[in-house]
Amino acid sequence: MIIRILGEGQFRVDDATAAELQALDVDVESAVERNDQGALTAALGALLVRARQGTPLPPDSLEPSDVIIPYEDATIDEVRKLLTDEGLIPG
Amino acid sequence: MKGSYAPMSVMKRVSLIFKSKANKALDRMEDPRETLDYSYQRQLEMLQKVRRGVADVATSRKRLELQMNQINQQSGKLEKQARDALGAGREDLAREALSRRQSAQGQLSDLQAQYAQLQGEEEKLTLASQRLQTKVDTFRTRKETIKATYTAAEAQTRINEAFSGISEEMGDVGMAIQRAEDKTAQMQARAGAIDELLASGALEDASGMPRDDIQAELDRMGAGGSIDLELERLKGELAGGEAPKEIGAADGAGAAAAEPPAAASATEPAEPAEPPKRDDGA
Repeated sequence: MIIRILGEGQFRVDDATAAELQALDVDVESAVERNDQGALTAALGALLVRARQGTPLPPDSLEPSDVIIPYEDATIDEVRKLLTDEGLIPG
Repeated sequence: MKGSYAPMSVMKRVSLIFKSKANKALDRMEDPRETLDYSYQRQLEMLQKVRRGVADVATSRKRLELQMNQINQQSGKLEKQARDALGAGREDLAREALSRRQSAQGQLSDLQAQYAQLQGEEEKLTLASQRLQTKVDTFRTRKETIKATYTAAEAQTRINEAFSGISEEMGDVGMAIQRAEDKTAQMQARAGAIDELLASGALEDASGMPRDDIQAELDRMGAGGSIDLELERLKGELAGGEAPKEIGAADGAGAAAAEPPAAASATEPAEPAEPPKRDDGA
């Protein structure tokens, strides 16, 4: 699976890691649902630590990612906007 | 439970949003070649934008650097004032100077934290700019290959692949620029406020007293001290009556006792002065 960490680039992770990431992502989701910024920062931090253990994609790769992880210091509001079409992504 | 979350997971949904943006852009294009060229133009613009972003962050960082230096100097000055005040037996002034120094140090550590943040932002943006550059180069090569080699149907698939990859990168970089700009704007607002503080002297003035009153007080004490000394000297002269004055006069002339030789020597220069005149005449 190819993952992108916003602001950091893309990594390739094996299936086992992908499953772990998905489990960690549940915490991100629930932190956003509960509007709990502290929990979000902690959950994102854990997710990113694991994600960064993947192999960075070569810089000249043009492959789209399977999943995209928000940046580490994202606020609840920013994550919400990332999840909408009118959100943070320009153009 | 996990299974029901996974399809709607945050990271999956974010990637779908990115993909839908790319697809919308693709759908707007009628001719695949148009897509490639248009996208390439956008990429070049984005590269310029991210480079400008890096430069802007660097400018903000340098401004902070300047302010940190200023506050550092101020802090050093306050420490010297505290020492001077203590030397003059004015513990109250020394205490005041040290309390202001503490407040300047507080500002400084605040700025240092911001500085580190900007440095991190600059680093990230620089890397993003390098990544995008490499991808844009790859895209350009692939664009020419696609145009030259493939049939229309093949081209469409390959274009879509290349396009969604680069478009994701563009979205990411675009967001990174936006975030850096926001942070820079915040810092600049704060930097502006600190410039005003520095200009108004408020940083030297934690207590709301007039600007640099510590130095004024020290100066006054210094001036007062030397005036006292002057007064003492004058008083001494007056108290000593005529005699001290004569001694003073004799001291001033240096060789008052040797007046006759001085007079003699005074005539001597007149003589050598004449020969040049003669020379001039001749």
